[in-house]
Amino acid sequence: MPNTDTMADTDDPLVREHRIKQQAAQEQRRDAVVRVVRQTVTFVVFLGLLAGLYTGYKAFGQAIDDRQHDWAVIGSVLPRTDDLNMPPVSEIFGQFGETPGGQDQIYVKILFDEALFTLREAFAGFMVGLVIGMAIALALAQWRRLEQGLLPYVIASQTIPLIAIAPIIVIWGRKNFDVFPWEWQDWMSVSIIATYLTFFPVAVNGLRGLQSPRPENQELMESYAASWSQTLWRLRLPASLPYLFAALKIAATSSIVGAIVGEISAGVEGGLGRRVLREAFNYTTGPDRLFASVLGAAVLGIFVFLVVTGAERLVVGRQNRGAAA
Amino acid sequence: MNVIDIQGATKVFNPGRSNQVEALAEIDLAVEHGEFITLIGPSGCGKSTLLRLIASLISPSTGSVQVNDKPAEQARLDRDYGMAFQTAGLFDWRTVTKNIELPLELMGWSKGDRRRRASEMLELVKLSEFAKHHPNELSGGMQQRVAIARALAFSPSLLLMDEPFGALDEMTREHMQDELLRIWKETGTTVVFVTHSIPEAVYLSTRVLVMSPRPGTIASNISVSLGDRSAATRDDPAFFKKVTEVRIALREVEE
Amino acid sequence: MNALKGFSAPVAAGVVLFGVWQGVLSLFNPEGFVLPAPSEIVGALIDNWDEVYHGARITGFVVVSGLVAGIILGIIAALLVTRFRTANETITPLAVAINAIPIIALAPIFNNWFGLTSPRSNQAIVVALVFFPIFINTTRGLTQVDRSQIELMESYAASRSRITREVRIPNAMPFFFTALKLATSLAVIAAIVAEYFGGRQDALGPMITQSAGLTRYDEAWAAVLAGTAIGAVLYFAVLVIERLAMPWHSLIRARIDEP
Repeated sequence: MPNTDTMADTDDPLVREHRIKQQAAQEQRRDAVVRVVRQTVTFVVFLGLLAGLYTGYKAFGQAIDDRQHDWAVIGSVLPRTDDLNMPPVSEIFGQFGETPGGQDQIYVKILFDEALFTLREAFAGFMVGLVIGMAIALALAQWRRLEQGLLPYVIASQTIPLIAIAPIIVIWGRKNFDVFPWEWQDWMSVSIIATYLTFFPVAVNGLRGLQSPRPENQELMESYAASWSQTLWRLRLPASLPYLFAALKIAATSSIVGAIVGEISAGVEGGLGRRVLREAFNYTTGPDRLFASVLGAAVLGIFVFLVVTGAERLVVGRQNRGAAA
Repeated sequence: MNVIDIQGATKVFNPGRSNQVEALAEIDLAVEHGEFITLIGPSGCGKSTLLRLIASLISPSTGSVQVNDKPAEQARLDRDYGMAFQTAGLFDWRTVTKNIELPLELMGWSKGDRRRRASEMLELVKLSEFAKHHPNELSGGMQQRVAIARALAFSPSLLLMDEPFGALDEMTREHMQDELLRIWKETGTTVVFVTHSIPEAVYLSTRVLVMSPRPGTIASNISVSLGDRSAATRDDPAFFKKVTEVRIALREVEE
Repeated sequence: MNALKGFSAPVAAGVVLFGVWQGVLSLFNPEGFVLPAPSEIVGALIDNWDEVYHGARITGFVVVSGLVAGIILGIIAALLVTRFRTANETITPLAVAINAIPIIALAPIFNNWFGLTSPRSNQAIVVALVFFPIFINTTRGLTQVDRSQIELMESYAASRSRITREVRIPNAMPFFFTALKLATSLAVIAAIVAEYFGGRQDALGPMITQSAGLTRYDEAWAAVLAGTAIGAVLYFAVLVIERLAMPWHSLIRARIDEP
């Protein structure tokens, strides 16, 4: 019995059982580290593979000279492979270090600043959407009748392509939002779109989370004669966090989408969305810059997702640890 | 003085509707200070309902429920009792210490008093070294011990327990029974304990109340005097005699 | 009787919502307000019915074809990936991260690839947007299976494909439909936004921007309403299919799971 000396310092069977369980949990934590490393490596490998595939397909297309033929697939399901349609990977990445005409900054710095601008729009909208979503979730959780009556409309609201009316919101914002103590900025209109995309997942999952405590936990709070707000802060809100974070991951990425699309259709200058559109206009002279700006948007989306995932680990990580052990 | 005084209490769920259920019929019960009472009976006999009447989590349809010589509702508002459930019902997001502190927080204790009290309770249930752990890192039996510590944290004069050991394996369960008896003796609390298990009821209590199926009534009232319990008690012929007595009483109510 | 009961609350809430909306706007009648009264929107819809209906058919085709292709590709990819344990463990987290990319930003590139006036690029956007949630959730459903059910099948010496059919696929159904519901509303939004960048000029997207540019908000909203109708019809169709495909899954509730 090799384990005897670590197990023998207690005769409480529960503590002994716990020790065994803890060992398993520790091993699991070690596995988690391995997993993160492996995922990072996979991601890099995946990017390499993608670049290889892109380059390989391009070389293949050039070899069969797809520009000169009318193939059924290439040009409709798959793109043509000339430098205009598929600029070489090296040139796309090379763009990041270039200084495009008349600018004194390198392209990656420009993209970074514009990403920050878009991030601010998205974040403002995200926070407002979070508050509104939670308010709706609280109201629906409080009054069952309201849930039955309004939930279908909350769901239906998402089939309304509000992004579509982004330009109207900007015009409207300039004209009608002078009631606030601050001057209405166009980027705030873009934030409204991000809000609209954020509030829905928060409301739906928040509602589910607020309703998630088990009956005995509710009864426990009742047995303490706890007030409504005590029950909310100590039981229902903390219980809703895991559900909420699942929603926040969706909401964070859609708020970025909302901000980018909002910028594009509303004509708000200074962000990544506008950048992509401008590069799309100048496509014929700099296709590699368009690809680089789209990559910038992709990085922003993944960054926001990773931030929320990291926050989730910090906030609800510990309470789940060992749960699977 | 009686800790619990129930007179003519009945409970009907959904009265006047098609799904009306007569859960309890005419319960009279008096529990004295320091008693350990178990409620036992077939499924759906209203054991848990009776416990929730005492806790004032539900109110009786007729009759009265008094706890510590005042209406049960007032006793709940005064936090006169602690409660433990079938599942430990700990809050996953709080550490063991913070879980025990929960009722103290709600009662407005200062931070220092809470810390001190929680560490006393942890000592009582022998979990001091796990103060900073989260519930999911503990085994089921340890979680249930934390739940008992939480129920006892503000020294209530009454402890209400709804099948707290029901989900534990047999070995852990016997261990927890001894722990509970030790704590009961150390704190002098009155306990009302709901269970499905006949040996558990006999081993723990000073009095076993056998309930009949719906509508629930107290069919028999069996006092148990086996003296101080120990491992030997479980093999004692007197213990088996009581177990048989309760079993016969249960068989009678099921017919 | 009971069925009526379930509808009474939403209908009552709807009457109140639209009543307040209509009432506020006809009482105060604010100048240049972006949101016209329901009666004006319906009026604009009737006046421009032919145009809106035509646009809705074009956009609807993009949505449905993109949706179908995205679903098929997503399911095939999920079945392939779950076949190999390591592939699954590495590719699924990757897909979750990629799902965070604002795919709509690809629209200009797709336009250049498939032609500015061809609906093909809009379809490609919808396919890409639908693919990821379907792939991720279906993979989860195929792999997060009760161990004991697999062991039971193995004790019958069931073949691998048999286990997939009997255990994994039924288990994946709720996951799949959750993603599908999310994907339908995303698909409509994606199609309309993608149409801003290019595609056919008589589709709903351009109709909305053009009407809005001329401050004909009622017409813009009539087109938005048409887009909403496409989304609602698809969503309802998914609910019906879900019911038919999973008669054992009695609870159909609004929920968003992590895609």
